[in-house]
Amino acid sequence: MSTVTSRSDPGPGIAPDQEKWLRAYRQMVRIRLFEEQVNELYTRALMPGLAHLYSGEEAVAVGICEALHIDDYITSTHRGHGHCLAKGASPDRMFAELLGKEAGYCRGKGGSMHIADPATGNLGANAIVGGSVGIATGAAFASKQLGNGRVAVCFFGEGALGQGSLYEVINLAQLWKLPVIYVCENNLYNEYTHYSETTSGTILGRAAAFGVEAAVVDGQDVRAVNEFAARFVKRARAGEGPAFLQADTYRYSGHHVGDVNREYYRSKSEEQQWKTERDPIQLHGKWLIDQGCSDSATLDQIATEARVEMEAAVKFAVEAPYPSTDQVNEDIYA
Amino acid sequence: MPERELTFAQAVREALAEEMRLDSRICIFGEDVAQAGTPFKVLSGLVEEFGAERVLDTPISEAGFTGIGVGAAMTGLRPVVDIMFGDFLTLTMDQMVNQAAKAHYMSGGHWKVPMVLRTTLGATRRSAAQHSQSLHAWFSHIPGLKVVLPSTPYDAKGLLKTAIRDENPVVFFEDKMMYRLKGPVPAEEYTIPLGVADVKRKGDDITLVATSSMVQVALGAAIQLEKEGISAEVVDPRTTWPLDDNTIVGSVRKTSRVIVMDEGYGRYGVAAELAAVIAEGAFYDLDAPVKRLGAMHVPIPFSPPLEDVTVPTEEQVFRAAKDLCGKS
Repeated sequence: MSTVTSRSDPGPGIAPDQEKWLRAYRQMVRIRLFEEQVNELYTRALMPGLAHLYSGEEAVAVGICEALHIDDYITSTHRGHGHCLAKGASPDRMFAELLGKEAGYCRGKGGSMHIADPATGNLGANAIVGGSVGIATGAAFASKQLGNGRVAVCFFGEGALGQGSLYEVINLAQLWKLPVIYVCENNLYNEYTHYSETTSGTILGRAAAFGVEAAVVDGQDVRAVNEFAARFVKRARAGEGPAFLQADTYRYSGHHVGDVNREYYRSKSEEQQWKTERDPIQLHGKWLIDQGCSDSATLDQIATEARVEMEAAVKFAVEAPYPSTDQVNEDIYA
Repeated sequence: MPERELTFAQAVREALAEEMRLDSRICIFGEDVAQAGTPFKVLSGLVEEFGAERVLDTPISEAGFTGIGVGAAMTGLRPVVDIMFGDFLTLTMDQMVNQAAKAHYMSGGHWKVPMVLRTTLGATRRSAAQHSQSLHAWFSHIPGLKVVLPSTPYDAKGLLKTAIRDENPVVFFEDKMMYRLKGPVPAEEYTIPLGVADVKRKGDDITLVATSSMVQVALGAAIQLEKEGISAEVVDPRTTWPLDDNTIVGSVRKTSRVIVMDEGYGRYGVAAELAAVIAEGAFYDLDAPVKRLGAMHVPIPFSPPLEDVTVPTEEQVFRAAKDLCGKS
């Protein structure tokens, strides 16, 4: 079992992969600005239901998905907008889904917590904590049976560590050497409870019990996450079986947008510290500039373009029609 | 040439084998399904023909391997998942109810889940409260699932082949007391559509709507009733979802009297639903109230004399039918 906690920087003379890391930056910015729009839509009462923001955790989704092919599979969570975008979903159809419009990815039937998109291998976000561990493992099983070389990534939060089915499928994945990567996004809080109050032992110890290749990574470092993802994807494609990555991260907002008064479970100073010292976008932006891969004007330009994209996507969604009520009976059976 | 006969178990096995020969995407997994062929030996011989890649023993992890079935079905396989006893379905509920049943709808029709979950129902095997239940009503309650309840070897084979070819999650309940029941099964290819009831016996005076294990009970009662001059029609819905309302209601309109029978609990169960469908569809044709017979509302007890009174019997049906026909 590997327990490397940080990526080693490229040594002198090794040219960084400029285009790749700029794309990773752009993807993280797009997710951040998408979520800002979600927050705005929600607080203006334009968005029905619940909104669980991914802000602060962008490096995990992007670091992982940049190591995947378009036809590799992911399963996502209730906090899933970042995973969908990182895997290639379009913001316009995502916003449309969030607003319950027919143009949405699920024709308005899924909403924020259930975005699914076969074109990008997204098997669906899941509103049952740990609910998709079987689906992701099953997709890996199918990939192996069909010999199509695809891997499956199962994103889940540390709250899912409390679900028994997670251990059932990890056991099977290891027995059957399935190409699946379990990505535990440890944002420290099971909803409103610190994970230390709900989690005995260690997180990696769980994977170790099954003999699964496992590592912990700084989830605010997109390059470190990507390095582990690339390594685990390569193993999986080579038939060497599953892996488990614990990505330590932080969610900037509450459990959902309405979770405003949260000092009873975490302090404002803790939140502030993560935002100022551990922000994945700032950290990666600084690295790009330090490495000579970019400059602040270019990074500002990326943000401006992303903002324009998100505003247009919101406009598309707001103006899109609702489904006609006769569609309520469609799609129950294939 | 005499008509070919198979047992219920052989009919199930033959359906699986035939479909697996036709479609390499079909695989079977569950506890002790390979060399053991399940405790009921329903699957004996399949791993020898199709190999350990297509007939896979799993750990005792119903939630885990059912979930794997859901994901595999979404991504190109057609899994047949084996849940040894219907009582263990409790462990699969999130995967079946929140995942399998909803993946198609929640994704706006983009993903589909062509899987079959095979399991058992039925009491009187002296197996007590956790190996005897008939829980098919739970799944019939959930939109997105289909529920199949064969009552003869012929139906078991034809319905299972259709279930495997269906693009949706299908829960297939086999009465474990029926595995040795013999019946005619033609060697030629045939399938039976889901959602089409079968009139197992024609009659004019009273309708007995019976599912799965209760079909044989109803047929036995019908023979007794005939001696009393009462002509009973036995209607087997064969699937509780989709449900063939028309055949059931049509029979009751003709006979004007009905008993609905199901081995699940009568209250809030399949029998309750059948009674409601009949009340809505045939109220003005009824000459007597709809009579409902299901399992007693108790956990299934172990002691044989206790267990035996929990399940409707031929004698009960016979007496209830005579009452309804004013001949008691």
